[in-house]
Amino acid sequence: MQEALLSVRDLTKHFKPTGFSRGSVVRAIENVSFDVPRGRVVGLVGESGSGKTTIGRSVLRLIEPTSGEVRFNGVDITKLSAAQMRRHRKSMQYIFQDPFASLSPRMTIGQILTEGLEIQHLGTRQERIQRAKAALAAVDLPADAFGRYAHEFSGGQRQRIGIARALALEPQLIVADEPVSALDVSIQAQIVNLLRDLQIRLGLTMLFISHDLAVVEYICDTVIVLYLGRIMEIAPSEKLYADPRHPYTRALLSAIPSPDPAKARTRQILTGDIPSPANPPSGCVFRTRCPHAAQQCAAVVPPLEEVSPGHFKACIRHDVSG
Amino acid sequence: MRVAPILDIAGLKTVFRIGGRPVAAVQDVNLTIAPGETLALVGESGSGKSVTSLSVMGLLPKGVGQVAEGSILFRGKAGQTQDLTQLDAESMRQIRGNDIAMVFQEPMTSLNPVYTIGEQIAEPMRIHLGLSHKDAAAAAIKLLADVGIPDPERRARQFPHELSGGMRQRATIAMALACDPVLLIADEPTTALDVTIQAQILDLLQKLQAERGMGILFVTHNLGVVAEIADRVAVMYAGRIVETGTVAEVFAHPRHPYTIGLMRSIPKLGEATALKRQGKPLPTIAGSVPSLIQLPSGCSFAPRCPYAIEACRADVPPLYDTGTGQRSRCIRWQEF
Repeated sequence: MQEALLSVRDLTKHFKPTGFSRGSVVRAIENVSFDVPRGRVVGLVGESGSGKTTIGRSVLRLIEPTSGEVRFNGVDITKLSAAQMRRHRKSMQYIFQDPFASLSPRMTIGQILTEGLEIQHLGTRQERIQRAKAALAAVDLPADAFGRYAHEFSGGQRQRIGIARALALEPQLIVADEPVSALDVSIQAQIVNLLRDLQIRLGLTMLFISHDLAVVEYICDTVIVLYLGRIMEIAPSEKLYADPRHPYTRALLSAIPSPDPAKARTRQILTGDIPSPANPPSGCVFRTRCPHAAQQCAAVVPPLEEVSPGHFKACIRHDVSG
Repeated sequence: MRVAPILDIAGLKTVFRIGGRPVAAVQDVNLTIAPGETLALVGESGSGKSVTSLSVMGLLPKGVGQVAEGSILFRGKAGQTQDLTQLDAESMRQIRGNDIAMVFQEPMTSLNPVYTIGEQIAEPMRIHLGLSHKDAAAAAIKLLADVGIPDPERRARQFPHELSGGMRQRATIAMALACDPVLLIADEPTTALDVTIQAQILDLLQKLQAERGMGILFVTHNLGVVAEIADRVAVMYAGRIVETGTVAEVFAHPRHPYTIGLMRSIPKLGEATALKRQGKPLPTIAGSVPSLIQLPSGCSFAPRCPYAIEACRADVPPLYDTGTGQRSRCIRWQEF
């Protein structure tokens, strides 16, 4: 087993209603455990309310998990003080979904790229500028971008700036939260190629969050499928697409509209809505929409079981999921 | 024999005033939709697909955008054909929500948060069909059942915030269908939804169309959705249609380099793993969409096109008829 750079154990986050809001506790993620080996890309995939962003943010402690451990380089960062955490944070960077909202309109690209380095007191002013310029070059943006503002760039270029900002700190771990979802189709593939290229060249370790299974296939070594805050399936990427085991993974793959009119219109359509994480079903959280749900699915939370090396599924209907 | 179209757009040019200068957001657009037919208008940001649909509905931002050229002939429920570009605001209001109905991307912005779902579905039937409050309320409950909302009596009494995203979109579809429109304009109706819910809504739209025989203008950026739902497709780029044809033809034999590039750049399940193994990148279209303020000379796609030659930069190519009902705005279409 390769050494894990990031190791998440029994991570749970409950959002309690605060202030004037009433209602019950939102169980965003429940006992989630997984590893991200050094130099690998792990995908977190799920629909709204699956907890994928909550996991991404908890890993960087942008929100505080309710319980569980997040081990980074062997250190449980959930126990660190704010000052200790700041030292670790330069090794962990976040790429946001919306390249329009995540770049300050009043800062030049140069200021955006050097800000993190200044906060972390890294290098002299000259060295910081050098590193920022190197990051710009790494994402294939022209050097003159340094003195310009975010509004002068297209969506795809802005996302490149967001990636450069993360790279400038030379992090060990990057959490990319839906980095291509806001982009046009023809630009999405450019950015995925860039991230893959950088990942290989710089040996980056990445947690790649997406709602789209089709987008993560190329970049991820391992894919984790989430539903209502729980892991349904974990598999090496080539296994997940060729031999999905969990009924939810199968339904999710089947729901992706196929650009082949001959293949289209044979979808398996899940009935019903995604339940509220404030009131998740008992037992298997997917059972209310699962075409194979049986009585015992309501009684027990299905454990993650290994079906082949590195391939896990949380489904007790072995007759269906194999 | 082809049935006479319900919508016939000819030579449409829609102009926006940007910084005092007129900029053509859409030009040279020709489209028809037959009764019961679904035409998908597909393109990326700034392609003009939404501006085309807003032009049909007469919902261009006042004082900023207007139809500068062309006609939009529409045959309503009463059977008479009118040019929508010539109608005043009041006549347009009679048509909207009645003969032509709309479903937008974000159901929460089309629903009024302070009225119940039932009231909002009943309203167009009172206004356009003259139904009483009681009859309209009963009809609204039936519509909610038609769009697959369980327990419609209870849902009709609820407010939009009490419904899930998928349920809200079903409710806006019920509202759109209230007056039995001839044409439904659906502008990215599934883009804000989760993929399993999107599959439900696409399925619902197809079922409703089969029952009611309305024409659908379906605006989307997603070619996968086009393949699922449409009969014919028009691909737009930088304000112009670059390729049209039946979905079967265009997907099997795209005749424009932009369509070809767009299809290649859609991630296809299973393919990425093979590319990764071979160490190859995902197929992309180089560069980005040009600004409408500074369109390149000649073919707008030429700067990004791997097949571009000198002649492409000379003139805007016409839409060539490929002989099979497909049309391509590329001077090299015969080579694809």
